[in-house]
Amino acid sequence: MLNEIQQSELATAVWEQLENVSDPELDEPITDMGFVERVEVFASEKVEVDFRLPTYWCSPNFAFLMAFGIRQEVEKLSWVREVTVTLMDHCFDAQVNAGVNGSCSFDEVFSAYSSGEELENVKLKFLEKAFIRRQETVLLALQQAGYSAEKIVTMKLGEFDRIDFKGEEESRQKPRYRTLLISRNLASVSEDLAFVTWAGEPIEPRNLRQHLSELRSVRINMEFNGALCRGLSNTRYKEVEIGADGPTLVDFIQGRVPPRNVESV
Amino acid sequence: MYKTKDGKEIFILDGHTHFWDGSPENQANVHGKQFIDCFYAYHTNLSPAEELWEKGKFEKYSADDVYRDLFIEGPDDMAIIQSTYLSDFYKNGFSSIERSSEMASRHPERFIVNGTFDPRDGEKALEYIHYMKENFDIQGVKMYTAEWNGDSKGWALNDPAAYKCFELCDKLGIRNIHVHKGPTIIPLNKDAFDVHDVDYAATDFQNLNWIIEHCGLPRLDDFCWIATQETNVYAGLAVALPFIHSRPRYFGEVMAELLWWVGEDKLLFGSDYAIWTPAWLVDQFWNYQIPEDISAERGGVQLTDDVKEKILGLNAAKLYGIDVAAKLQQLSASPIQVAAE
Repeated sequence: MLNEIQQSELATAVWEQLENVSDPELDEPITDMGFVERVEVFASEKVEVDFRLPTYWCSPNFAFLMAFGIRQEVEKLSWVREVTVTLMDHCFDAQVNAGVNGSCSFDEVFSAYSSGEELENVKLKFLEKAFIRRQETVLLALQQAGYSAEKIVTMKLGEFDRIDFKGEEESRQKPRYRTLLISRNLASVSEDLAFVTWAGEPIEPRNLRQHLSELRSVRINMEFNGALCRGLSNTRYKEVEIGADGPTLVDFIQGRVPPRNVESV
Repeated sequence: MYKTKDGKEIFILDGHTHFWDGSPENQANVHGKQFIDCFYAYHTNLSPAEELWEKGKFEKYSADDVYRDLFIEGPDDMAIIQSTYLSDFYKNGFSSIERSSEMASRHPERFIVNGTFDPRDGEKALEYIHYMKENFDIQGVKMYTAEWNGDSKGWALNDPAAYKCFELCDKLGIRNIHVHKGPTIIPLNKDAFDVHDVDYAATDFQNLNWIIEHCGLPRLDDFCWIATQETNVYAGLAVALPFIHSRPRYFGEVMAELLWWVGEDKLLFGSDYAIWTPAWLVDQFWNYQIPEDISAERGGVQLTDDVKEKILGLNAAKLYGIDVAAKLQQLSASPIQVAAE
């Protein structure tokens, strides 16, 4: 019994670690997206994680990034001796699973499938998109709260930290935006500007509108993916049955684990 | 023909439809199964509940289904049927020009059947282009850059082998190149949805019209930028359109970007049948307006009746050399036949 409780606590710890792994294209935690299908802990030291993407055809480079992200985050737990990550039902699953569970580093596996470009460039590109999306959410919220362009672009990090957002999305994105600001060295002390471009340039008050329109076009793409991925994730493995009341969607894989309930199993 | 509430008749040319066979009998392997399963997930995810189909019908529907869904229950006057082979996944091709042409031959006045080729086939691709021109007199082709071909898991429009094919298309007067940018698999360092090859191909082949299906989504920003630079780049609205139902505000943002950057003369309606049926799409589109605040951010662009009429048929009619008045007269002389049941 004690053992069972302990195993379940360890599994919860793994789930919490997995919240740090994001879908690079969407900038959303894979746990929120419902991609993680199974987490199991054996003998208090071996961890197995299964994950599934919304379609068989989702980009393999994202699949690789997520698989290695899972391995890296789970390995951070001091008690973990062995991690097995399994990507299921994907056109490149054999290669991804061999790569992530083998002895090679991510860079080595990645370069075997690419034509020389550094992995770092790919990661940076997605980090920039994440930055843009988080910044847009926060900027729009400030605009809506009545802050002038002048006030927004001259806002210091200290003042930004003191703002208490009401809306759910801006409250969620505020700390995520701040994390990227700090980790990319775009701001570090409370006297630094809270809003700069990805290149670290300050924004002129008269350019804020143009800046926002550039952010918007990036977000429109991400939202397309996000909406599609969430939807496809919900309808994968479902089929339509046409009954007396018309068509309905039915889950046709019996006993499929609903992703968010796994930790209580 | 779509009739508006005030009785106006709108010509509908559906720019992106298919007559596929994704049935288990035609699937060559698990990839074939997963391909149609993915389409089905798009269908179930973005359709209104009352428009949902059972899997078996979705995998393989009949010529009668096409005619009914597009022209009887649907408002289409004409439809462009695209070909996609996926020879690595399907025994007899996913949607072949032969099968589509046979279906279309029952109502030739209503269909335009496009071909397809795979530039990686080299000389054989060139021979196949000749074959399609001679036997089916094609005016356009559908390119699917994410198609697998042996070890290759995708190609780009500016590959040298592709350029040879486009040169031949230009020579033979095959002017309309529909491009579907699916996710290419490797190399991994490449952005799988990259659309920049469109820029090269459109610059180098000024005589050809480049119709980018799904308006470059999820790379709408890159696509819009390319489309503003090139006069011969168009956007097909398939896949973007169903968002009108599930996320109407978001659909408004996409349309505002497209109208602002690409322009009302270069957007083409496509239902992507049988993923979606045109009846509800056209009806919702005709009754849609971009929300004021979104429109204001993009210079006040709006989907007026005139703009919608262009998108729903007039723009595609220009690309395919269709005289709309003459076509409507021809169609009214051969009215839609409802099969006796």
